[in-house]
Amino acid sequence: MRYERSLVVGASSGIGREIACQLAAEGGLVAAVARRKERLDELSTSFPSIQTFVHDVEAADEVPALFQEITSSLGGLDLVVYAAGVMPSVGPDEFSFEKDREIFAVNVLGAMAWLDQAAVRFGHAGHGTIVGIGSVAGDRGRAGQPAYNASKAALATYLEALRNRLATQGVTVTTVKPGPVATEMTAGLPLKNPMLAEKAARKILALSGSGGERYLSWKHRLIFAVIRAIPSPIFRRMKL
Amino acid sequence: MTRRLLPLETIRGLAGFGGAQRADGYVFQPTTVDEAREVLALAREAGRRVVLRGSGRSYGDAAIAREAVVLDLCAMNQVVGWDPSTGILEAEAGATLGDVWRRCLPDGWWPPVVSGTMFPTLGGALAMNIHGKNAYRVGTLGEHVRSIDVLPTDGGEVVRLGPSDSLFHSVVSGAGLAGLIVGVRLQLKKVPSGDVRVRGVSCSGWKDQFDAFDRYREDADYMVSWIDCFARGHARGRGLFHAAWYAEGPSATLLEAHQTLPSKVLGVVPKSETWRFLKLLNRRGCMRLVNAAKHAAGRIFEHGREGRQSLVAFSFLLDYVPGWERAYAPGGFIQVQTFVPAAEARRVFDEQIQMQQRAGLESFLGVMKRHRVDEFALSHGVDGYSLALDFKVTRANRARVEALADGLHKSALAAGGRFYLAKDTVLDGADYRLSIGDGLERLHKARERFDPDGILTSAQAERLGLL
Ligand SMILES: Cc1cc2nc3c(=O)[nH]c(=O)nc-3n(C[C@H](O)[C@H](O)[C@H](O)COP(=O)(O)OP(=O)(O)OC[C@H]3O[C@@H](n4cnc5c(N)ncnc54)[C@H](O)[C@@H]3O)c2cc1C
Repeated sequence: MRYERSLVVGASSGIGREIACQLAAEGGLVAAVARRKERLDELSTSFPSIQTFVHDVEAADEVPALFQEITSSLGGLDLVVYAAGVMPSVGPDEFSFEKDREIFAVNVLGAMAWLDQAAVRFGHAGHGTIVGIGSVAGDRGRAGQPAYNASKAALATYLEALRNRLATQGVTVTTVKPGPVATEMTAGLPLKNPMLAEKAARKILALSGSGGERYLSWKHRLIFAVIRAIPSPIFRRMKL
Repeated sequence: MTRRLLPLETIRGLAGFGGAQRADGYVFQPTTVDEAREVLALAREAGRRVVLRGSGRSYGDAAIAREAVVLDLCAMNQVVGWDPSTGILEAEAGATLGDVWRRCLPDGWWPPVVSGTMFPTLGGALAMNIHGKNAYRVGTLGEHVRSIDVLPTDGGEVVRLGPSDSLFHSVVSGAGLAGLIVGVRLQLKKVPSGDVRVRGVSCSGWKDQFDAFDRYREDADYMVSWIDCFARGHARGRGLFHAAWYAEGPSATLLEAHQTLPSKVLGVVPKSETWRFLKLLNRRGCMRLVNAAKHAAGRIFEHGREGRQSLVAFSFLLDYVPGWERAYAPGGFIQVQTFVPAAEARRVFDEQIQMQQRAGLESFLGVMKRHRVDEFALSHGVDGYSLALDFKVTRANRARVEALADGLHKSALAAGGRFYLAKDTVLDGADYRLSIGDGLERLHKARERFDPDGILTSAQAERLGLL
């Protein structure tokens, strides 16, 4: 077992849920944090080693106390995965600040609220692994999802900074950038051969200790190296 | 009920000296009794247990506990009073054995009992009731204490306990579970110089070893023996015995300059880097050779010879190589020290040496000492001998090392043996409780008085079921 005690934020569905289940299946203790109580109850019924905590990541003020309650109740902490994320559908001409605000509150500010705690704790304790679930969507600003793209870019840069701050303190920070994954969040989208959440979670856990920015396949790594290098005026005209 | 939060940045990853057990805790280092009270109050308001910690020189998990408040006494380290006419020293519990000898040796006094390292604090040393190479003669450190000051964990008044108080013998030896020791008055030992005369006796097997201990027991001030744990057949138990006597001599030997350990090993390698070199050697094949070479050298150069050594060099041999424990990283190591009544010691130790050889897990270092019985609640004292063995732990061998340790413990227990919490990392709780008679009830009496809410804990106490 690689991680004895883990905390997964955004654990009630999708990749987060799969990660929590896989950590528990390996024999670890897991704290699962999410908004929806019924989903959490279902999780802890299937895995007795999963402890559940109801929390909406938009309530950032609750985080310090909850973080301490969780570490105390787990008896320590080795891994934190921030997997909470939202992607409301946005029309081609729509500019909704309501939606933008929610996206940033969940995808960015929530991550900072939780991972700041993890960073202080792990830095002082001299060990620990942080995993943030970014997205290939953060690599470029596309016409379709301005705020979502920006939020994942912000998350990636924040995680990079954490990685650089904590590098000498025994803490590993890994950013994973999954491509299309079949989850509730993407259920309404016309994705081309999405990865199953179960498989994405397995790959993310395998990469968790690597301490860099990771794509889930070498193909993605290659494709996105090219996409990132395309000059903006050209990128604008391409349907990527 | 809203609980107080603990400051996140006080968290530290802590380990025992052996590095084989770890736990994160919120560390606080009070400098006064009042500050210590505040830490206890904070822990209570945060709903946390408290683990007491000195220099963290216990090998296992005695001074760590997961997610607990760690009350670290190292900053309460003042020598409060010293009277060279009586040899009585008064100090705060965080003062170390090193602080004590530095203060008192120039006046011709030496701590009555010291461990193999000078870094332990007085509080930690009394919580474990340490013994030295003179245990057979003068007993444990607790036997030389005039009084201790104990701060109850509910923040009440400090209580002074002397040896005639019934709870004294439980707080001392109580493994940090029977109350917080904040102050100590200790009777030191008058010494004629800062040196000892040391005589080596090369032993070709168990018979020689036990003969040597018997021969010097009435006379020598210190006795200790090194055992080559790789030697097989008739050579089993071979090693090098040392007896030592306080030496007469010039008073200049009392000065710190004479006692200081050299900063280079063999005059060339800086001491702070030696562990790297040891790490290279720290494998079974090399250690077999090192042990054989050490035995051969002992036979040729030390047998029957007498030399002089400073008290510090003789007592704190292990401090010569600071950080030597890092040679065992990353898995760390555990020490198994079992205490066996004299009549059974030879049989049990021989059995133990064979067990570790059969397991292919020979200890890189074996140390034998002579002990006597004492009055303390969680006493490791027997009228007999102890054998200490160090086992390297890796991810791959951990289960095998633990199984071996269990076997070694069981063989000592069957012979009426005892165990020592300062060294324990993997004892079975039932074995331990069997070994200490009514010690646990006595511990609980002291806990009722000095830790009424039962907030003191340690990973070891939880593992062994002592609370
Ligand atoms: C290289 C080496 C050689 C050693 N040789 C010997 C030896 O020859 N003989 C021997 O007997 N031991 C020996 N030891 C063990 C060592 O002496 C003991 O473990 C001692 O207790 C360490 O003291 P410490 O201050 O580091 O205490 P810690 O290890 O920090 O704590 C030990 C225990 O004391 C408790 N405690 C600490 N402070 C207080 C306090 N103020 N009040 C109440 N409880 C407290 C803790 O909760 C814990 O249970 C050796 C250790 C090392 C590393």
